[in-house]
Amino acid sequence: MTRTTRRGHRFRRPAGAAALLLVGALALAGCGRDASSREPAAAGDTTGVTDTSIKVGATFPLTGVAAPGYSTIPKGAQAYFDYVNDNGGVYGRKIDYIVKDDAYNPTTTSSVTNELVLKDQVFAMLGALGTPTHEAVVDFLNSSKVPDIAVSSGSVTWGDDPKEHPWTFGWQTDYESEGKIIGKWIADNMPKARVGLFLQNDDFGASGEKGLRDYIDKQIVAVSKYTPGGTDVTPQIAALQAKKADLVVGFNVPSYTALSQLVAMKLNYKPQWFYTNVGSDPTLVGSLLANFSKGQVKNGAQLLDGVMSTAYLPDVSNTSNPWIQTFDKIWKSNGSGGALTNYELYGMSQAYMFVQALQATGKDLTREALVKTLEEKGGDFTGPVFAPYRYSADSHLGTSGMKVVKIEGGQVKDVTGVETTDIGDADITESSESESTPPADGIPPAE
Amino acid sequence: MTAVKRVWGIPLVRHLVIGVVALVVVLFVLSSLSPFRNAQMATMAYLAIAAGGLTVLTGLSGQLSLGHGAFLAVGAYTTAYLLKDPDPPLPLVVIMLVSVAVALVVGGVVGVAAARLKGPYVAGATLALAVAVPALVRYLHGFGQEQGLHVIVPDVPRWFTDIVWQITGVDVDPVSYVAYLGWIALIVTFILLANLMRSRTGRTWRALRDNDVAAEIAGITLGRSRVLAFVMSTAAAGLAGSLMALSVRVAAPSGFPVDLSLTLLSAVVLGGLGSLTGALLGSALLTFLPQAVTNWGSSAGLSDVQSAELAPVVYGLIMMAVILLAPAGVVGSLRHAWQRRRGLA
Repeated sequence: MTRTTRRGHRFRRPAGAAALLLVGALALAGCGRDASSREPAAAGDTTGVTDTSIKVGATFPLTGVAAPGYSTIPKGAQAYFDYVNDNGGVYGRKIDYIVKDDAYNPTTTSSVTNELVLKDQVFAMLGALGTPTHEAVVDFLNSSKVPDIAVSSGSVTWGDDPKEHPWTFGWQTDYESEGKIIGKWIADNMPKARVGLFLQNDDFGASGEKGLRDYIDKQIVAVSKYTPGGTDVTPQIAALQAKKADLVVGFNVPSYTALSQLVAMKLNYKPQWFYTNVGSDPTLVGSLLANFSKGQVKNGAQLLDGVMSTAYLPDVSNTSNPWIQTFDKIWKSNGSGGALTNYELYGMSQAYMFVQALQATGKDLTREALVKTLEEKGGDFTGPVFAPYRYSADSHLGTSGMKVVKIEGGQVKDVTGVETTDIGDADITESSESESTPPADGIPPAE
Repeated sequence: MTAVKRVWGIPLVRHLVIGVVALVVVLFVLSSLSPFRNAQMATMAYLAIAAGGLTVLTGLSGQLSLGHGAFLAVGAYTTAYLLKDPDPPLPLVVIMLVSVAVALVVGGVVGVAAARLKGPYVAGATLALAVAVPALVRYLHGFGQEQGLHVIVPDVPRWFTDIVWQITGVDVDPVSYVAYLGWIALIVTFILLANLMRSRTGRTWRALRDNDVAAEIAGITLGRSRVLAFVMSTAAAGLAGSLMALSVRVAAPSGFPVDLSLTLLSAVVLGGLGSLTGALLGSALLTFLPQAVTNWGSSAGLSDVQSAELAPVVYGLIMMAVILLAPAGVVGSLRHAWQRRRGLA
């Protein structure tokens, strides 16, 4: 039934005069709203865009258990957007970046995302953080046709099926690809190692294990899983020790890196540790170690000496990297104080990619045009990430590769070049592309 | 005139009339609100249903539950489990009723155990449940573990859109659909609860709350009455959980932290223990306050983190003010004041 026939139908109905009046008034109000929200069909959706501004929304855990570290990501993005705005914005439009706290609780994510999309009317979402939290809103964003760019999570859900979620784009290297890259490095360099796995008991751990088993299925001697929320991982680490694993690969979050290190110290267990990118930030883990051990461990960051990890972005300690130099300069002029951290760098890198996409889309910015740009040109974007994004019509997954790195004296040292791969049975290849350099003013050029 | 008064004196008639009037008002209010306010109204509806059940349990039968979040989780997971595929096996209303039934059964099992306990021990046992249920879900396979179960909300049925259109002249979008469902469920639940409170059962609960020894001497079976009160409130929590799953669109363990249960209890205390109007007021505060305070904070120039931290502070201050100035809760204290005035006049 179309709206016009329904309307005709209504007036044929016998009804009380007062009721009819009331209904009529409300119907008029309803029509008014419909007319104002109707868009000219060809031009596309310009919600949140004016001649002078672009409204962008984001949800992050600013309070609660997940806040340490993660709450500073949006500060980085804010600093970068402020810098771009100070330099004239994108095609004269200033970026209005609105961050809402979801405390890493999906219920809150849902309500603040409603607020961003329905009340604040943002043009797009950028960098919304977390797997369970974003799971709550991904359908809503896609059915509302809101571009959902650079989800801050390595789940393959954010991009492996663009037909299901045509408006959602991933960002960091997914956990399965990370597992494959770690697995291949172990198979090539430590073929005799007895590998123990320390996994978070969810999609994160499962994807990582899947990737690892593509290469080192036979080397794995023990698998221990922990459930987030528990604070004692002694049984898990003891099980790895009992199976004499001499290389432990951890797909875990930073707090469990600290917990596993403390338990290993207590058990006098000294394998080679290999943590994923997510779980290995030396500064955060160091402060967590000091916190969990109630001050007994003072040199937390040094405790991670010799630990292996992966990286898809340069580390802030790598001051010779031109991207770090550029972003550090921007952080000093527009940041909120303190030394630049890896989390702020992460937010700045997402913001850089977003500005890049806006520049490439051109002056006539619509939601449809932004998605089209990412699908058609996103694969060629260069930026602080080591490997290119996989954005295309068939995949919305983020950057495709990482380096294997080692933490030495608080510095992150490269062990390999950039290894690129994809989910499924894609091979791992050493990237031949030379590392990119940032534009002189740190703003991606307009096309 | 006296006939009208007599009929109005019958609780069932009174509650039904109020319910129908409320339903019409709610339809018009929801149809005139923006989609964002509708989403907030959906949140308020499920919080109010849960708070309504809890206020009857704690305010009337005197059992303090610190674990109602667990029963919301039971309801939410039941709904999410049945709605995880695009083609749900049952109509939505039936799914909601199944969620109520599952929460009722779980509540029955817990209630039988809790009926042997008194006062703080019930609170302790239920608190353990609030910790255990999300942890259990993380371990069980088939419930999505940490990232939870995705809820696919069924399309708005054609007949529903048509009815709402006939009455209000406004279309129903998917967001406001959940708000309509929530408020209809809220009105039905509150009519049932209000009747129960006025019935023999309600009087039994008051009796055993005020003095269980006296109640037992008067012929009330303590265990049975306590279990009944418990089961009734868990059924309400199950319905609330089901609506929560529909409005949040995911059921994940991190959505049911212990503070959900404590927040619900605080809403009940704030509004006034044992008062359904109080439950409604408390849930309205829970829904609208954080968003409003955060916005005040950022427009006053606070950073994002500071304004996010402002909401719990303001809520805490309001809580303290209510307990100090109006110990019977907002609605309870207003009622006392009203009764005092009438007594004096």
